[in-house]
Amino acid sequence: MKKKIIVVGGGLSGLMATLKICEAGGEVELFSYCPVKRSHSLCAQGGMNACMDTKGENDSIYEHFDDTVYGGDFLADQTAIKGMCDAAPKLIKMFDRMGVTFTRTPEGLLDLRNFGGQKNKRTLFSGSTTGQQLLYALDEQVRAWEVKGAVKKYEFWEFIKIIKNKEQICRGIVAQDMNSMEIRAFSAETVILATGGPGMVFGRCTASTICNGSAVSAVYQQGALIGNPEFIQIHPTAIPGSDKNRLMSEACRGEGGRVWVYKDGKPWYFLEEMYPAYGNLVPRDVASRAIYDVCMNQKLGINGENKVYLDLSHIPADYLERKLGGILEIYTEFVGDDPRKVPMQIYPSVHYSMGGIWVDTKHNTNIPGLMASGECDYQYHGANRLGANSLLSAAYSGTVSGPEAMRWAKLGEKGSDLTDGELAKAAKECQDEYNAILKMNGPENAHQLHHELGDLMNKYVTIERVNKDLDYCFDEVKKILKRWNNIGLTDTGTWANQEAMFTRQLRNMILYALVVTKAARMRDESRGAHYKREFPNRDDERFMKITVVEYDKATEEPKINYIEFDHSLVKPRARNYAVAKKE
Amino acid sequence: MAETNKKVHFIIERQDGPNSSPYTEEFEVDYRPALNVVASLMEIQKNPVTKDGKKTTAVVWECNCLEKVCGACMMVINGKAQQACAALIDHLEQPIRLSAARTFPVVRDLMIDRSVMFESLKRVHGWVEVDGTWEVHNDAPRQNPKTATTAYEISRCMTCGCCLHACPNVNSGSEFIGPSAVAQAHLFNLHPIGEYQKDERLEALMEPGGVTSCGNSQNCKEACPKEIKLTDYIAKINREVNKKALRDLFNK
Repeated sequence: MKKKIIVVGGGLSGLMATLKICEAGGEVELFSYCPVKRSHSLCAQGGMNACMDTKGENDSIYEHFDDTVYGGDFLADQTAIKGMCDAAPKLIKMFDRMGVTFTRTPEGLLDLRNFGGQKNKRTLFSGSTTGQQLLYALDEQVRAWEVKGAVKKYEFWEFIKIIKNKEQICRGIVAQDMNSMEIRAFSAETVILATGGPGMVFGRCTASTICNGSAVSAVYQQGALIGNPEFIQIHPTAIPGSDKNRLMSEACRGEGGRVWVYKDGKPWYFLEEMYPAYGNLVPRDVASRAIYDVCMNQKLGINGENKVYLDLSHIPADYLERKLGGILEIYTEFVGDDPRKVPMQIYPSVHYSMGGIWVDTKHNTNIPGLMASGECDYQYHGANRLGANSLLSAAYSGTVSGPEAMRWAKLGEKGSDLTDGELAKAAKECQDEYNAILKMNGPENAHQLHHELGDLMNKYVTIERVNKDLDYCFDEVKKILKRWNNIGLTDTGTWANQEAMFTRQLRNMILYALVVTKAARMRDESRGAHYKREFPNRDDERFMKITVVEYDKATEEPKINYIEFDHSLVKPRARNYAVAKKE
Repeated sequence: MAETNKKVHFIIERQDGPNSSPYTEEFEVDYRPALNVVASLMEIQKNPVTKDGKKTTAVVWECNCLEKVCGACMMVINGKAQQACAALIDHLEQPIRLSAARTFPVVRDLMIDRSVMFESLKRVHGWVEVDGTWEVHNDAPRQNPKTATTAYEISRCMTCGCCLHACPNVNSGSEFIGPSAVAQAHLFNLHPIGEYQKDERLEALMEPGGVTSCGNSQNCKEACPKEIKLTDYIAKINREVNKKALRDLFNK
């Protein structure tokens, strides 16, 4: 009989895993709460890193590996990173065969551009909608397998939780049809979560509205460990908005964009001055902190507001159109100004979570039978992710989790199959919880409460973190958790009830907010995206360790531990982008 | 400032389920600069009360990316099918009328069922046939950068359905597959490996509901939020289909 694997999430990682499982002869039930072709991977703009060395720079895979380790401030598993960088050029060739419309050189080869934290041109791109193009390629390939009958899609189904058998091994999930509201239990040989990042925990950010981290929080509450959750990437260049902050790709800087503000009446290119070796192409954490400092401490933001210029207006318009067309369109559409003519106005925004579900190098979580890959896992990026490494880690992780899921399905210690009774019991528990939500009739509105959660997290747990503020934030989030009980539903309908589902997601988001806040509070050092003025230096002795967070059922609060990890390949050294990385 | 009190007036066509009758409700949302339709609907979620002060349910719609890339939030705004996230209030005449794009079955309120579009991609063999995701120790063929630019234009199609909604030939009485799937067939035919399945795609588009069902009204090109030159690609496919029909005739 064919081995059945459940994949939750149809972004780049989930689709890649799905393909690998199909090719290995397995069957996939693919769950997603949107059509997979609309997954958040498509918001990635700038490109995907891979050492192709086609620009006469003697680029090497080792250099990609070292840039990633250094960029991550020595907090990621080095063997895992090495595997990813080794695979990158092969993945690009695969995408090319699948028909990804990569931007090409005049001689018809794949073009490369610069990206932050890397001195060599190493970023392959498809205009400025690279994520969309890569996602579509995998979506198409999965559709071909769907036609062959190896993939069954459950789109507009929301994952609620995993089901463990009596040996405590994950053997299925409970999910809900988002239209009929039917709650059903599904069994499988193993389950892969590829559910993306938790951006919505911060309210307004660059993420899609679907990136709420709810699934990650759900399995955390079922015993999955979370790794390095305090490392939240703040992207330096986004258009601030009241509904979302819209990303302006790092490719702007990669293609020659300059960041500046007026100082003493003259343009001050502060990144170029502060970091002469990398200039505007410093990594994201470094650029975000500099912009924050210029606006908040030096009060030099545009018209006194928290904004700085990102300037492309010196670059020929036809070049910009070819390399960055898609995002210039976004800026023009949403702001009304033409970046080809006037400098854009941008500010940092929450963008990506380096942390996530703890996994081993094969993407197994600590719960046997449950795997995680893509942004929802914590692997590869350490304390700060380099731009254009996320499409890579998403795709690559799927090439690891998929085959490992099949290996586990064939050879793993899976214990007993779920009985009909166990499946029914799991579904009933979720049904009871859902029915209780429908009955909630307090004075609070779930969306309003979410807005408050986002305000708190944005204010206290982003670029600069202060211990007493984190303590305050933790207490305030706990209050929000209490207030969650006083939510009243305006919609108690039995068809496509988005409010009831959001209310369930919100509780998961609040519990995950506690995880991020607590982990940030406990790490008394500055490393990558995690910065504390009180502890401005990296402290390798105490904190060159992975934060591992466990859910405490009794208090509903996170318990923080630290574990060692594999950093056997390169020795840690100070991270300083004012000077070139090496001689 | 007067602006702080400014309200935005919405008339929203609602529908509780696929078989319920539609009805309208009116809402007012506080104006703010750069406000768009999705952001307004989010404000209504926070306080679902109609203009007349009647408590109601939050309006249901579909959205993900809010930057006009995912295609989810397509709805009819003041009579035109478009992405709600990119519909700025400043550019819209009030009262702003929202309704579901009824070319597709309505799920609830502004949410529609576009699964037919994904099914159409199966019909036109909308993928490049590769042997597998493994290494083949061979580079994919080079591509003329100009051809690649055309392919890129088409590959930005986000399956939003604006073109189907605008097309007079896509309706319950017609089998027409619609503009986007035809353009996608052309996209895969442009690829040096995808070209190997060109015949399968053309054959699919020679069947009932294929490219011959296009009435050449040209509405799709106008409606496409990504400005994909849909009519050009439909015309190209049409020529290919005619050539193939002739060829098939002679080869019989």
